[in-house]
Amino acid sequence: MITTLLYSLTGLILFGMGLFTLIIHSHPLRKILAINVMASGVFLILIATAYTPLGQGEIDPVPHAMVLTGIVVSVSVTALALILACRVQETSNRTLRKKTKQPKNTKGPKS
Amino acid sequence: MKKGKKIKKQTRNRRRPFDGLQALFLFLVFCLITLLGAILSNSPRTVSGLAGAVASLQDQSGVESPVTAVLLNFRGYDTLLEVMVLLLAVIGVWSLAKAPFPTPETDISPVQMGVVRLLAPVMCLVAAYLVWQGSHLAGGAFQGGAILGAAGVLLLVSELPWLHAIPVYVLRIGLVLGPLVFVGTALSCLFLTGTLLAYPKGTAGWLILLIETACALSIGLTLALLFGGGRPESDVPGGDSP
Repeated sequence: MITTLLYSLTGLILFGMGLFTLIIHSHPLRKILAINVMASGVFLILIATAYTPLGQGEIDPVPHAMVLTGIVVSVSVTALALILACRVQETSNRTLRKKTKQPKNTKGPKS
Repeated sequence: MKKGKKIKKQTRNRRRPFDGLQALFLFLVFCLITLLGAILSNSPRTVSGLAGAVASLQDQSGVESPVTAVLLNFRGYDTLLEVMVLLLAVIGVWSLAKAPFPTPETDISPVQMGVVRLLAPVMCLVAAYLVWQGSHLAGGAFQGGAILGAAGVLLLVSELPWLHAIPVYVLRIGLVLGPLVFVGTALSCLFLTGTLLAYPKGTAGWLILLIETACALSIGLTLALLFGGGRPESDVPGGDSP
């Protein structure tokens, strides 16, 4: 009982930390990592709630199956997001380079 | 170099002041977490969810492991779609980027080669065992696929030269093997029994093992190719570099 609650609360704290980082930081890599941390928290909560202390080790298999597929799917989604972030970085760097090349005296793209 | 330093300085300057809006958001997140924690700690723990329903249908599912039964029999539709999501992720990555496969300039160190030679076969064996074990214990396509993916990542990291010689159509066939087998089984079940993914009686165990094997291969290949970070160089028309 207390162990399950501990796992759930840990997952909840992970979720909160991820949510905070997701909103506060603007860098895409930090956002992707934050979403991963949030997903880990959700998985932890699901696994913890799947355990029923009354049935003596009996588990609810439906959340387990969901988490099992969710982990693999989140890995692939992370890969896709990283590739997208890389593309954004490439294209935005190109425009940044163009902007800094044309006016040589100004210090940056910021107005 | 200089530009990178400047950008870093800018972001650091932007991040430093912890202004009121961030403090407010921190407070809101804290409130949300407290609220959810209160809900979690007060929710009744005696409800067993769907465990009873799964247990009552366990002997019809063809496998002994309840998780595998849920994954591939009771909620096979979900798993089918998730395998499709993996395929879509690879398609997205391949259409966005080319793999930065470095041409091996230096020889691979003998220590690394030894580790790869030792670990890669063992990992494949463990993956096969996990897939087989999925019918009665914890295990299955996703775990076996994850181990296979790790083996593929190990091969990719050690930059073996024969990896470049693999023709791309082999990779493509491997990628779609799992989804194709899954969809084929689902459609043949539709013709035989009238319901999508309702296995005919007595064949559920073998069909699940077939789907799991094909899906484990595809998932492993998917994860390894996602790590590769893009379409292989030899796939680009005209650019058949060694």
